[in-house]
Amino acid sequence: MSKSKSTLVSAVRRTVVGAGLLASAIGLSSGLGAGPALADDDWPNRPITMIVPWGAGGGTDTVARTLAAAMEQNLGQPVNVVNRTGGSGLIGHNAMASAKPDGYTIGTINVDLSQLVCKGLTDLSADKFTHIALLNAEAAAVSVGGESEFDSLEAALDAIRNEPAGTYTASGTGTGGIYHLAWAGLLVEAGIDPAKVAWVPSQGGGPSLKDVAAGAVTFVTPPLSTALPLVKAGKVKPLATMGAERFEKLPDVPTVKEAVGVDWTSQTWRMIGAPAGLSDDLRDKLVEAVRAAYDSETFTDFMNERGFSKTWMGPEEARAFHASEDTAICEVMKAAGLQ
Amino acid sequence: MENLLAAIDLVFRLDILLVILGACVFGIFAGAIPGISATVAVALLVPITFFMEPVAALAAIATAVAMAIFAGDLPGALLRIPGTPASAAYAEEAHEMTRKGQGANALTIALFCSVLGGVVGTLALSFSAPLLAEFSLEFQYYEYFWLACIGLSTAALVSATNPVKGLVSLSIGLLLAMVGLDLISGAPRFTFGTFELMEGIHFIPVMIGVFAVAEVMRNLIHPPRGAEADTREQPVDYRAVGRTVWRYRNNVARGSLIGTLVGALPGAGSDIASWVSFGVAKRFSRTPEKFGTGHPEGIVAASASNNAATCSTWIPSIVFGIPGDSVTAIVIGVLFLKGLEPGPTVFVENAPLVYSIFVAFLIANLFLIPVGYVAIKLAKQLLRVPRDVLMPIILVFTMVGAYAINNSMMGIATALAAGILSFFMQENDYPVAPLILGMVIGVLLEENFMQAMIAQRGDLTAFFGRPIAAVLGTVTILIWLAPIAAYIARRRKAPADPKEARAGSGAGPSAR
Repeated sequence: MSKSKSTLVSAVRRTVVGAGLLASAIGLSSGLGAGPALADDDWPNRPITMIVPWGAGGGTDTVARTLAAAMEQNLGQPVNVVNRTGGSGLIGHNAMASAKPDGYTIGTINVDLSQLVCKGLTDLSADKFTHIALLNAEAAAVSVGGESEFDSLEAALDAIRNEPAGTYTASGTGTGGIYHLAWAGLLVEAGIDPAKVAWVPSQGGGPSLKDVAAGAVTFVTPPLSTALPLVKAGKVKPLATMGAERFEKLPDVPTVKEAVGVDWTSQTWRMIGAPAGLSDDLRDKLVEAVRAAYDSETFTDFMNERGFSKTWMGPEEARAFHASEDTAICEVMKAAGLQ
Repeated sequence: MENLLAAIDLVFRLDILLVILGACVFGIFAGAIPGISATVAVALLVPITFFMEPVAALAAIATAVAMAIFAGDLPGALLRIPGTPASAAYAEEAHEMTRKGQGANALTIALFCSVLGGVVGTLALSFSAPLLAEFSLEFQYYEYFWLACIGLSTAALVSATNPVKGLVSLSIGLLLAMVGLDLISGAPRFTFGTFELMEGIHFIPVMIGVFAVAEVMRNLIHPPRGAEADTREQPVDYRAVGRTVWRYRNNVARGSLIGTLVGALPGAGSDIASWVSFGVAKRFSRTPEKFGTGHPEGIVAASASNNAATCSTWIPSIVFGIPGDSVTAIVIGVLFLKGLEPGPTVFVENAPLVYSIFVAFLIANLFLIPVGYVAIKLAKQLLRVPRDVLMPIILVFTMVGAYAINNSMMGIATALAAGILSFFMQENDYPVAPLILGMVIGVLLEENFMQAMIAQRGDLTAFFGRPIAAVLGTVTILIWLAPIAAYIARRRKAPADPKEARAGSGAGPSAR
């Protein structure tokens, strides 16, 4: 195991160099025909590249594309979304962080990056970026199947505590994925050994909801926004949200704190960032452009339609939040033995 | 009903209808060119669908496939080279009709039967898929595991001419599916220390390579030669066509039904449906001796059948995420790209979109009448497009598509490597469809097996522990036993009737 991990790390290191080269190539190609970089005053005088570390059509990609389209209207320059996938998001995050901080390369930053940092797969912690804004945060939640015996988180946690290990199963992402951390963290905070519930890895929130509706697993942890259609159809029963506040579309579902008195929150989030070292002037202009796009009708409608929550944090707040997540996520990973 | 109305709202928009019309023309053109099968047509279409919204993308694919499957009959009748493998069963027959001066009649019969079969298949899809989905909401890892097994077994053992070669092809697909980070443990497998392989081998460049690149290579190395196209103008006698279709109405019904059922099986699609229907039509015919002499009966059954299967093969794809054939394997890839997880819950989460696929199929089958009519009129011109112009264009398209999937050269390298592999496989009569299905279904198979084992703490009896799982498991084992049974039956029969044994393996070219 240790051997495979070391090869993994060396593979990552090697490609980090490759990705860096590639990123500069992207920077170069978008710089073609632009002439020497002029003062920031006339920014933007050429197209802006927005790097998305995930595939076209996924959640982050569609959010980024919708935002980019709205930004174009505001900036009068194309904002091109480039999908740089691979390595659990590492390639794309790396390409963005190592681009020239000239305001022409921006990108999305996802919660997944904090886990990669904790695992030692990359050194892309919060200080390697200039944060523009946080756009969206989705709290994880505990749900059970429509036919489940459990009606409250309290009853569920009691049962887990009292029954032998392996009686219950939970799912939501691959092993060590963000919803797994959310679950493990909840159990740790409630004083339960995470090993008492078998984690069944799945391809993501959607497939795990299908499994809990069919009764194949006992608990799942994707956000309520993802579970909403199945909740409405009565196939999935939500027990509690791991948000600081209740989910507005399901106001009867309590937060974890309200349900069992455990102070535990966990969320996935999406930010817009730029390489570190971006001038304050360019950053403020980008913040303004992103804010205008965030407030636009198209973006708001899109987020509502997809069931994504809109949450705004400005640059300073987003940076502090990212840094706190780097620490918090790593603590859970250590506590749950997932590092 | 509400979903259906919402779907109609989604589809009956000018831009979507224009996309469907464009896909019609593209599908006819692609299907009419021998070698550009419906699968290659979809492979070429995929990069364009990146830029479309989900409804448009799926409507374009559904339409192009329906058109291509019919258009495959055109060169089949005129040149005796089937344009798509689904037309192979009756290309000989249609060509005989052309030699009798009834080519246009043969094609018009095929057109009408294609439309009828397509409508039956669409209705079957529209009514059964939601019911099946509701039913299969209860399915757990065990049922999915067996469904994946059935899909793989059908693809390798039943659909392929030679089960051994089918299994070899399938194994290559399964091997490719294993590359990348293992879902369960996160351990890298077969990545050889490279970062690019950690996410696994992307299925779409492989598929583009296997079908389109290999086809370009084959065309360069073996320029296809068919019978000389008949240059005489052959008028259509609509009354004769109408009489023929009416006389063989039972065959239309039977062909449509067989097509729908075969299509609904995971791992089997329109190619096989067409062979089976042709065989059944012959067996039940009052005049089986006329088959092979330019007799329309088999054409009626098989052309209805392949279009019916084209629609119904979406049933297992949408409901279980288990593709029926290589086209729907690609469709599943597109669904994921569009952020839609196929599976029974798609009917709860995204019902209008699924229904809009049904509506698109219906529209496509209705568009088939005028577009098919024009295509028959222009068939000879369609067949005259020079290959040395066409093939480079196709190659450029494939490379752009392979690059666009990830904006990386890795995609191009994958497509080229897959193309070369596929070329050598096909040169040696290895079917490539099991490879593609192996790649898509293999992931599901492994995932559900591992999930079941984790949830059950290693208890293998769980796979027979639920009634539906037990039934599906038994079906799987029967499919495994089928080649052995067939072998024994052949051994017994062989000395008495060698001809029968040969006919049994007649599905040969369909495996391509």
